[in-house]
Amino acid sequence: MRKEIVLSGFGGQGLVLGGIILAEAAVLYQGKQATHTQSYGPEARGGASKSEVIISDEEVNYPEIDCPDIFLAMTQDALNKYGEAVKKESIVIIDTEYVTDLSVLKDIKRIYQFPITEISKRETGKALSANIVALGIIVGLTGVVEKDNLEKAVLKRVPPATKEMNLKALNAGFELAQKTN
Amino acid sequence: MTCQNNIKFMQGNEAVAEAAILAGVRFFAGYPITPATEIAEILARKMPLVDGVFLQMEDEIASMAAVIGASMAGVKAMTSTSGPGFTLKQENLGYAAIVEIPCVVVDVQRGGPSTGLPTLPAQGDVMQARWGTHGDHPIVVLSPATVAEAFDLTVQAINLSELLRTPVILLSDAVVGHIREKVEIPSADSLKLIERKITNKSPEQYQPYVAGEDGVPEFAYRGKGYRYHITSNIHDEAGFPATNNHEVADSLLRRLHAKIDYYKDELTFYKEEQCADAEFLIIAYGCVARSAKEAVHDLRKEGIKAGLLQLQTLWPFPAEIVQKYCAGVKKVIVPEMNLGQLINEVKLNALNKDVIGVNRVDGRMITPQEIAEKVKEVK
Repeated sequence: MRKEIVLSGFGGQGLVLGGIILAEAAVLYQGKQATHTQSYGPEARGGASKSEVIISDEEVNYPEIDCPDIFLAMTQDALNKYGEAVKKESIVIIDTEYVTDLSVLKDIKRIYQFPITEISKRETGKALSANIVALGIIVGLTGVVEKDNLEKAVLKRVPPATKEMNLKALNAGFELAQKTN
Repeated sequence: MTCQNNIKFMQGNEAVAEAAILAGVRFFAGYPITPATEIAEILARKMPLVDGVFLQMEDEIASMAAVIGASMAGVKAMTSTSGPGFTLKQENLGYAAIVEIPCVVVDVQRGGPSTGLPTLPAQGDVMQARWGTHGDHPIVVLSPATVAEAFDLTVQAINLSELLRTPVILLSDAVVGHIREKVEIPSADSLKLIERKITNKSPEQYQPYVAGEDGVPEFAYRGKGYRYHITSNIHDEAGFPATNNHEVADSLLRRLHAKIDYYKDELTFYKEEQCADAEFLIIAYGCVARSAKEAVHDLRKEGIKAGLLQLQTLWPFPAEIVQKYCAGVKKVIVPEMNLGQLINEVKLNALNKDVIGVNRVDGRMITPQEIAEKVKEVK
């Protein structure tokens, strides 16, 4: 098994942390190999930002992603910039609060549209946990790691005072995805 | 599976910082620069916790000087930088080489020359690492391809600098520095550490540059009665300038190189992948070795007998190893993120086999496909 996942959005949406959490769930709790890389340029300070995770049963040598299996777009800019790499069989997840124009996604069958940031605000009162809602959705839709392991990885990385809030965000995303699937 | 304490998921730069602390580095002076900044950032936080010193200096020249000074006082010392800063450290690196003061410089390579591509990977400093400072100096250069290797080779760099009393360069790159992956951190007591040889001669008998059989002089701590002179001029065994003495000059320069040669086996690190029956040998190092390994797997699936020799020690160039691996193959492919640096050393040692480069200087990693295509093209 080898899954290539791109989390894209706006610098500040927590997608680098999201990628690290997903990869740690795989490496530390599920016994898999994984790499995490992030786009690292002027765009990380406000423009489109990208966080890439490869999860595999075997050692990951080449760490770059050409065509992601799972692609998350949390902003229109990110979708426009990175969406062209998406392939027909990819699973695409969109935050409808920021993404309205899907024309870059040609012939993609599995596009899932959720108001991710809206759900985060509704569940936790904060837009801040939208990255964790998104992780819940990804794992709910794809099972790329087990939910238990994602939970452990979230709890390891978030500040103690926000643990409950983040678990709520994760569950909201996960359940929504399960209902959809 | 539960989370084991010693299994970590971390960046290459983090692994360098962790290794430095565990290997006993207690002095770090540096100046932040992408893509090496995390090393300084982490050590700024961790050094005080182990009673070490972190100094952010005014520039790279001063930080190299501070590192040498700390090591002269008997502390394991290190700095980190990228290409432009590495250039500034070169003058003092030569000083460390001739006065035989151990130190480690981490160069996390980015695209150059000059400020070049500040955030993107390259391998343009291979020759700078070898010949950046002037004069016939010795140097050891190690290059990691993974986070685990970044950890291991940092420990080795520190050990070798102590063993040889010479500067050692860890030549990383922006891919290895910033990628996060699994690494197993060994416990402190399981690490094999090497400390510089301390003299047991009395202060009256001690001569700072009398070398043993291995060519390495013994160290004496100042402040314990030992008073001696250190100069970057050609010096005699007592440490005093001998700038008109041809015999002293000759024997000092030759000894500086002989001590590296003496420990050649201890400092030559490499890995191989499916080389036993290989017809096409890929020789790679640093992040490109990752793509090369993938290319070997892909080519083997197509029935093409490819193998990888990954060089972890770049300097002194492991000539005999390269000769050995080139002996049975048809052609040799050297992918590098520069326009051809280490390939020239390979050519000298490829036993007249065809040596073909795959080169990329646009700030992107060489892909496994590019390497595999080249193998098929020259087949």
